[in-house]
Amino acid sequence: MERHHYDEMREPNGEVRPHFQPLADWLAETPAARVAEKRREADLLFHRVGITFAVYGDKQGDERLIPFDIVPRVIPKTEWEALERGLKQRVAALNRFLHDIYHDQEILKAGKISAEQVTMHDAYQPVMRGLDLPNGVYSHIAGIDLVRHEDGLWYVLEDNLRTPSGVSYMLENRKMMLRLFPELFARQPVQPVEQYPALLLETLRASAPPRLRRDPSVVVLTPGQHNSAYFEHAFLAQQMGVELVEGADLFVKDDYVYMRATTGAQRVDVIYRRIDDAFLDPQAFRPDSVLGVPGLVAAYRAGNVSLANAIGTGVADDKSIYPYVPEMIRFYLGEEPLLSNVQTWQCRDAEDLKYVLGHLDELVVKEVQGSGGYGMLVGPASTKAQIKAFRARLLANAGNYIAQPTLSLSTCPTFVKRGIAPRHVDLRPFVLSGKEVRLVPGGLTRVALKPGSLVVNSSQGGGTKDTWVVD
Amino acid sequence: MLSRVADRIFWMSRQMERAENMARILGVTSDLAVFGTREVQQQNLIAPLTITDTGEDFFARYGSLSLKNLIEFHALDAQNPSSIYSCLRLARESAHEVRWQITSEMWETLNATWIEMRGIRRERLDGAGATSFFDWVKERSHLFRGVTYGTIVRGEAFDFSRIGTFLERADNTARILDVKYHILLPSVADVGGALDYYQWTALLRSVSSFETYRTLYRDQILPIKVAELLILERRMPRSLAACLEQITIALGRIRGQQDAPAKRLASELNARLTHAHIEEIFQDGLHEYLEKCLEDFAALGVRIQRSYLGAA
Repeated sequence: MERHHYDEMREPNGEVRPHFQPLADWLAETPAARVAEKRREADLLFHRVGITFAVYGDKQGDERLIPFDIVPRVIPKTEWEALERGLKQRVAALNRFLHDIYHDQEILKAGKISAEQVTMHDAYQPVMRGLDLPNGVYSHIAGIDLVRHEDGLWYVLEDNLRTPSGVSYMLENRKMMLRLFPELFARQPVQPVEQYPALLLETLRASAPPRLRRDPSVVVLTPGQHNSAYFEHAFLAQQMGVELVEGADLFVKDDYVYMRATTGAQRVDVIYRRIDDAFLDPQAFRPDSVLGVPGLVAAYRAGNVSLANAIGTGVADDKSIYPYVPEMIRFYLGEEPLLSNVQTWQCRDAEDLKYVLGHLDELVVKEVQGSGGYGMLVGPASTKAQIKAFRARLLANAGNYIAQPTLSLSTCPTFVKRGIAPRHVDLRPFVLSGKEVRLVPGGLTRVALKPGSLVVNSSQGGGTKDTWVVD
Repeated sequence: MLSRVADRIFWMSRQMERAENMARILGVTSDLAVFGTREVQQQNLIAPLTITDTGEDFFARYGSLSLKNLIEFHALDAQNPSSIYSCLRLARESAHEVRWQITSEMWETLNATWIEMRGIRRERLDGAGATSFFDWVKERSHLFRGVTYGTIVRGEAFDFSRIGTFLERADNTARILDVKYHILLPSVADVGGALDYYQWTALLRSVSSFETYRTLYRDQILPIKVAELLILERRMPRSLAACLEQITIALGRIRGQQDAPAKRLASELNARLTHAHIEEIFQDGLHEYLEKCLEDFAALGVRIQRSYLGAA
């Protein structure tokens, strides 16, 4: 069932919106065969460079390409600037919230959120209590998922404050577009995103232990080549010109972290870690972790090494805390939120649950800690039997679920088998917080390649597009 | 450079060189399979097992000694860690882990080699097929070395790759010479005695030195000269002297915190090979000399691991 949705390229009357006009002209005057040929060229290039990701539970093989769509998504600069202000505001408030809940817990004392909901949360890390971090930053790299509803307004769907991934696709997609369609960039000034690795490195260096009196040594910590985002870890390390390390490459001595190098032990000051909290340090968390570094948390607590992102950020980004973000913005910044939340029913609340059970066929129901599009119900797209089965799961553990209205994601023109057709998209910009909060104009646009589908996750057949912010 | 990265680059190069050497050993074994008495044939067949020290594993799983079994074991057997199959797999795995620290051409060479190796069926290795397979392995190894030399930045990655290659090669040349010399001339007293021209030629060919011998000595093939060429001749790129020279040069460019033991041993071995005379080596016993060399190469490998590669 296709619902009404916002078409990013065309007005309701079918006219092309001004910022999409140069692209529409180009599509109209370029023969379909040439576009198809360019598309094959892109596939070939991605394969050769080896930009792949691993899919959990996929027996076909470990590595797969994420489909790349050659039709860019265009966003006018004025619109982007409004988004940017909203994103900076939101991430600033989330970082203030994280600092607060690990210190004086003002927001809990003020009764804005129940203390139990925060401090009993699985991702709340008591080890972070009372620890002061450089610049008060917890989530140095945040990926905020945005969607555009049928009313044309942007909504925050989800905050990703732990180890958000996807930025390498943003960068590689732009590189690919510049290579395949240089003439397109001549028609319209597109704001650059290539400075992201430099900004990331600056952000990480700005997060070094403040008493350090030399240039900080930065590394990227990866779980290894079998991780689904390994490509991105290696890519970012290479782009920043820093070492890509695994847990076994690091060791802790007298609360300082070192890496094992051919020239002997070398001090490490900032770790951009792409390993989950639970696996970071077998002495502090899961004792069976072989990915982590024994003693790392002690070194961290001693202030001798910085972690990006900090431990315990997950408490602020799951779906049970999400409804409170607008309140955080008001509480910490004294401002009205610039970006809207999606209306959310919390199933642990009896009233909300009652409503949800009565409207399962209209709502999207998600696990509060789920991700990747798994374990969710999309009411309007489900059969009666599926809804019935889901209802049983929901009732068995209501506190584990939230529900939202089924958003009609906006569409962008996308290259499909029969030519160019609209497909649903979302957007993940990456917000960097060091001494200041910054982001590059753009982000990762994910596109659901199946007609009518709203699931954009790469693990479920979604693709990506280049995202253009234009003057 | 991270020790783990250096270690993978070292082993990546070592495994590729090992695959090439295995192909060389199997090539000469196949060439000689039909020559001589039954006893000589048996000695010839057992040589690859002696060289690689894998006889026990082979007889436990294959039972009888035949050329077919031997090729299966050394070329295709996934359970044999030094088979060509295993070497190419391990080289590719190491490269995969450090593909961002090596050039894309190096990675693509090893990846493509492994993909092709996986598709090779044993039927292809009968008769003439075996020879073309061994040639293919050698070509892939030449290609990898050439691609490495031609693309990688001169730095630690290059140096550790060179050290891995030449340490493996030195080890292999010493083993081939030791085993073959023993078969051809069971006692030193036989030197200058009856000489199987074809066998000596095959030995030289197995280390790509037949033409070199002709060029350098312009003489009939004499066992003592063969030994001199393979041990002391610095101009011959598979000789022990040439390998140790390259190792010493590469080690000299690397700086480590506690690497004196490795550098000292490499220099000592290099000096020993520079100033030796082949007559003295024969007086003291070639076999004993080569055994000592193998011990020293192994010790050098251990010291390199300890100094740079993070081994305890």
